[in-house]
Amino acid sequence: MADSNNNRRKFMATTLQSVGLTALGGLLWSGYSDEVKASPLVLRPPAAIEEEDFLKACIKCGLCAEACVNRDSNKNTDGSQRDGTLIMAKGGDHKMIGTPFFIPTEIPCYMCDDIPCVPVCPSGALDMKSVLNKENELDINLARMGLAVVHKESCVAFWGIQCDACYRACPIQGEAITIEHQKNDRTGKHAFLLPIVHSDICTGCGLCEKACITEEPAIFVLPVEEATGRAGNHYVKGWDMKDQLRVKDAKEIHTVDERSDKKASDYLNMEVEY
Amino acid sequence: MSVSRRDFLKSSAAVAAAGAVGISVPQEAQAEAAKAESNWRWDKAACRFCGTGCGIMLATKGGKIVAVKGDPAAPVNRGLNCIKGYFNAKIMYGADRLKTPLLRMNDKGEFDKKGKFKPVSWKRAFDEMEFHAKKALKASGPEGVAVFASGQYTVMEGYAAQKMMKGGFRSNAIDPNARHCMASAVVGFYQTFGIDEPSGCYDDIEITDTIVTWGSNMAEMHPILWSRVSDRKLSNPDKVKIVNIQTYTHRTCDIGDINIIFSPNTDLALWNYIAREIVYRDKKGGGKEDIIDWDFINENIVFTAGPTNIGYGLRRAGEKSITPVNPDGSAGKYTALEMEIINKEMEKKVSAKEAPALEPFGYKEGDTMKHTAGTLKHWHISFEDYKKSLEPYTLEYTAEISKGDPNESMESFKEKLQALAELYIEKNRKVVSFWTMGMNQHTRGTWVNTLSYNVHFMLNKQALPGNGAFSLTGQPSACGTAREVGTFCHRLPADMMVKNPKHRAITEKTWGIPAGTLNPVGNQHIMKIHRDIEDGIVKFAWVNVCNAYQDSASASHWIKAAREMDNFIVTSDGYPGISAKVSDLVLPSAMIYEKWGAYGNAERRTQHWRQQVLPVGDAMSDTWQWMEFAKRFTVKDLWGGYTLRNGKKLADVRADAKKFDYTDDTTMYDILFANKGKEYKLDMTKFPQEGYDNSECIGDSRNVKGGDGEVFKGYGYMVHEYLFEEYASFGRGHGHDLAPFEVYHKVRGLKWPVIDGKETQWRFNVKYDPYAAKAVKDSGNNSTHAFYGPLAKNLLQGNLSGPDKSKGKKSLKNKAKIFARPYMDPPEMPDEKYDTWLCTGRVLEHWHSGTMTMRVPELFRAVPEALCYMHPKDAKAKGLKRGELAWVESRRGKVKARVETRGRNRPPQGLVFVPWFDEKVFINKVCLDATCPMSKQTDYKKCAVSIKKV
Amino acid sequence: MKNIKYLLLRRVSQFTILFLYFGANAYGWHMLEGTFGASRLFGFIPLSDPYMVIQVLASGFVLGVDVLLGALIIILFYMIVGGRAFCSWVCPINMVTDLANWLRRKLNLDKEEINYRFIKRRARYWIMVLGIIVSAVVGVAAFEVLSPITIMQRGIIFGFGAGIAVVIAIFLFDLFGIKNGWCGHLCPLGATYSIIGKTSLIRVDHNHENCTNCMDCKVVCPENQVLYMINKESIMVTDGECTNCGRCIDVCNDDALEFNIRNFIKK
Repeated sequence: MADSNNNRRKFMATTLQSVGLTALGGLLWSGYSDEVKASPLVLRPPAAIEEEDFLKACIKCGLCAEACVNRDSNKNTDGSQRDGTLIMAKGGDHKMIGTPFFIPTEIPCYMCDDIPCVPVCPSGALDMKSVLNKENELDINLARMGLAVVHKESCVAFWGIQCDACYRACPIQGEAITIEHQKNDRTGKHAFLLPIVHSDICTGCGLCEKACITEEPAIFVLPVEEATGRAGNHYVKGWDMKDQLRVKDAKEIHTVDERSDKKASDYLNMEVEY
Repeated sequence: MSVSRRDFLKSSAAVAAAGAVGISVPQEAQAEAAKAESNWRWDKAACRFCGTGCGIMLATKGGKIVAVKGDPAAPVNRGLNCIKGYFNAKIMYGADRLKTPLLRMNDKGEFDKKGKFKPVSWKRAFDEMEFHAKKALKASGPEGVAVFASGQYTVMEGYAAQKMMKGGFRSNAIDPNARHCMASAVVGFYQTFGIDEPSGCYDDIEITDTIVTWGSNMAEMHPILWSRVSDRKLSNPDKVKIVNIQTYTHRTCDIGDINIIFSPNTDLALWNYIAREIVYRDKKGGGKEDIIDWDFINENIVFTAGPTNIGYGLRRAGEKSITPVNPDGSAGKYTALEMEIINKEMEKKVSAKEAPALEPFGYKEGDTMKHTAGTLKHWHISFEDYKKSLEPYTLEYTAEISKGDPNESMESFKEKLQALAELYIEKNRKVVSFWTMGMNQHTRGTWVNTLSYNVHFMLNKQALPGNGAFSLTGQPSACGTAREVGTFCHRLPADMMVKNPKHRAITEKTWGIPAGTLNPVGNQHIMKIHRDIEDGIVKFAWVNVCNAYQDSASASHWIKAAREMDNFIVTSDGYPGISAKVSDLVLPSAMIYEKWGAYGNAERRTQHWRQQVLPVGDAMSDTWQWMEFAKRFTVKDLWGGYTLRNGKKLADVRADAKKFDYTDDTTMYDILFANKGKEYKLDMTKFPQEGYDNSECIGDSRNVKGGDGEVFKGYGYMVHEYLFEEYASFGRGHGHDLAPFEVYHKVRGLKWPVIDGKETQWRFNVKYDPYAAKAVKDSGNNSTHAFYGPLAKNLLQGNLSGPDKSKGKKSLKNKAKIFARPYMDPPEMPDEKYDTWLCTGRVLEHWHSGTMTMRVPELFRAVPEALCYMHPKDAKAKGLKRGELAWVESRRGKVKARVETRGRNRPPQGLVFVPWFDEKVFINKVCLDATCPMSKQTDYKKCAVSIKKV
Repeated sequence: MKNIKYLLLRRVSQFTILFLYFGANAYGWHMLEGTFGASRLFGFIPLSDPYMVIQVLASGFVLGVDVLLGALIIILFYMIVGGRAFCSWVCPINMVTDLANWLRRKLNLDKEEINYRFIKRRARYWIMVLGIIVSAVVGVAAFEVLSPITIMQRGIIFGFGAGIAVVIAIFLFDLFGIKNGWCGHLCPLGATYSIIGKTSLIRVDHNHENCTNCMDCKVVCPENQVLYMINKESIMVTDGECTNCGRCIDVCNDDALEFNIRNFIKK
């Protein structure tokens, strides 16, 4: 009896120990996993689905990176392959390990017309449908890898220097980046030629960032989410017929703020100090 | 006509605004800046790069340049720069700067053409140069010693090189890369005005109403000027019009009101179309309008014509390297394919395309046109003859042959041509026509240059504020050095010519050398030097401040000749490039701010700077290299008699030399440099020398061992001032007046002629140019203009077919010329096998062959390789995807280049554009070395290629 | 030679597979592209890691058909071909842990084995389940965040970076920590294949008659609990944890062990 009691107690203890350790491991594991997926400033391949889903969906197979590096348009003149745009995140990259990303200053996305990296994705992390145009052809102009942002203070064009290197490098020149001409009152005779990025066209390929001639690029690509604001759905530009499309998901409006978080009666029942 | 009050008010208000902003910096901020920069030294200089001529300020600290800023006081750029200028401070300190002479040697330390480069002393370097130069002289005479010179020479370097070559070696085989860049503009100026360089200046931009660019991507190649054009457009968008006339759509087309894409070479037809509109619509031309300013024409202009059967500047039958001709069509060192084009140099069939244009000149389709080598000959014709020459250029014909974009409708193209003509013709509309390489690098470059003046002259829209045809130069001192100093094979300083005995006499006198020393035959232009090396005549060649082996078309031939034949090639450079690689000896040169210097920009502005820092390693300036080299040659080495190739004899002047107190052993250094140079005392306490280095004159702390193996302690006199002043003495009083050396160190450059301390904005215009005023006064008329240039001002009379010698010569003093010149096909055009036009050029980010800019990490990152820009439909048709490598292949060679169908350059179908800066995409192996037969400038803008997937 | 036959074959198999993967990236081959997560065989047959697929599904993402099909192919393959054959014939970590194990024996570290009682061999099943739970909670395939297997494989194909540390950690853990620590105790992927392979056909067969009870097989076996029948009865090793590595066959000098096809009918 004592033995079986002993055994039972031992069994209970071991089980408890196992459960406890598992729970501890689970917590640590969850914490770590949650931490490593929190790298918002990462640029994904074209047609990547939203980051949250991308992290779930990407099975880290590297087929996109292999298609990128081995594409026909990636050869050196001696016949060897250049490095590919897409990097499979490894320890030390501070990106979700094993997922593909790119660094424009090293190798930007060259916006291949046939987008070789996308059709090979088996998991749906890269959604081919999102880069198909109306004729059902692959169209890299539809990709939204990120959005180029100009830092005015370090962009030498805003000093008056004749640069527009980003503009000339842009594969959708004249649409994704345009030049705004402004008078330079200081010299009286030299126009400013200022690069302006248009977020509805910019694919985030990063060729502008690569071409930027400042020591640290003054134009750089951020994930679209990080580089954009969002106006509310409750107001439509009356002068722009297309703007209504923007608010097609408008919902019933509910608002609460500090002023309105009490019930009206509760508020009324509070005396006014006098 | 003069600048309207409104125009002046506008520009002066702008200047006032700039001044005001400059002053408004708060006192504390100024003090703080001064403190932060207390151990910095700021000094002015000119930008190293293009012909715009922006002023910059350089900061030095601890003997190194640490920063650069645009010079707010510089009138050209008012403190701004483009991104090449932005990196002036960074170009000098690349990791692979050349720091010591390098000689190809075998294991025993002997020179060996097949050996590897190893460091040697300056003494050893000059020993080898002396040995091989003497060997070359012995073998071929003065024609065997050649220099690839430069439009990037400082004024003093160019002058020193030209003096030693022409005065010392008696060789005219010195020709600059500027030959590749604006020789056609020069001959255009000579033929039209009798004197070189533009009549207008950049101030035209702020005053004009219309800017027409012809074969010029100003936005990338002259960015600061482009910002001025953009500003002009902004200031009055409705009135100011910008028209771009190009063979492909590029960056400059972005703000064009009209963009005309024409088929290569048909700019000749476009100019003639505009001229036809002017003439045929004018009352005297049979029309109903008053378009031509006949008062101006009668007073100032004559009509002229020249021969049309002038060839294409290719090799001519009988030259050594294309002999013998083999049954399979190949000849000498050239394949049958290459000979297909070269043979057109001797004769060609008149094509259907050009036949209508050539009809007034007596040719019809299918005729065989026999070519004689390019000639500058021309003669008076009547206005009626001129009118006759324009007859073919109806809108129909012109549009038919010149529409460059197959996807554009004929109607749209015609409308553009009409609108273009209207803009030129519109009364009271000011028009500036700018052009660069598109019109200069052209097998009819001289013609098309002169055609531009025709239009401006007839409308009296030349040499007036805001009006004029204006050739923009590519290089920083193509004007200042190559042209004004005259480092061309046929030129002497200040528009003088080697073949003119009076000019030689003047030069010999100034240089203190015996009469008859100078060689009267100046025909070894840059392509001729390459060809002479291939023919085994030139056996010693020195590359100065250029990259002659990367920048010349048909490059494989010249490289093969350099590497495989018995000759000695020397390259002086700051960085190793293709030319250094194919050389036998490489000399490390001081770069721009490591020496005193001066550049002259496209608007005749001369700008000086002082030596800011010591050169790196053992590098020394090109001036010093020339002077050390000159020490190796004496009167008896160089001044004996010679018989030239063409049989002409150069007299033995050694005996005459004695009259100058020179002995047989007096060195060229003493004769050409030290004798007179010593009059220019070096005063270390005097402006502008005080506080600045001067490596040539006083040596420097590096204690570089010089050409004699001893530590170089300096020449002891003010070399730069001497060279500049002696050079300037040629032009003073001859329409080419420069200010004193010292003045240029105080001002932000001056536009010559500088008379009574005042610069000249608009030449030939009585109101602005004292020379024109004097000429008009002397001749007693009251003309508004005087085109006083002295060259070719006495001509035979004739008609379109030729001169009639019986009528005798007629003077055209103070007059300029309108030329009757037709459209003609270039020698090589796309056919079935080579079905695409190839156009080459530059990109904003890189300067020329990239030896400097490819060393700036930011610029390298921005544009690491040359791409082959082509139309997406062409790419698709050839099975090419964007980014894939394609063979760009011509009859001469092929290179691999990456295909780009998007972005900055958007060629029409049937044309590709490949920039030439990238030695890995060595496009000059593909290009054809056809030149304008008159100017000898290579046409890099058109040849036929096939594009194939790799 | 005889006593390393299967070892050699396994190494050849492991290296060949890795090299094909490597070549897909480096040379653009189409034999075997991708990584274990998902691959394409001969450019069109999809293969994918079943445990990975379960995790992704748990995280709440509906995967593409290709991947699901790939997982099915892999499951069927190992159900038929042999349990954890993945671990010993394919997995690159196996080479690391084998090396650790071999060194451990050479350095006599086994003698003083420290008994980490709290890590049992069945821990891997806990971890496997835990991985699925964590995937569901965090919304990301949890094991893939730290899997030394794919880190090492991607390292070989795309370059290691700091990921090499994980591989070294496994090596040290197996060498100085627990014998067969990673593969035999922790690896949830091995656990998955153990379950898949329960019914597989190719098995090690023990011939009790020939056995001399030398116990060499138990010494080399990384999962020696599966050899409970040695010198006891002539049956097959049917435990799913057997990796079909064949080391026991290699080291047996008595012809007492051999691969055989499992015969369910005979049973």
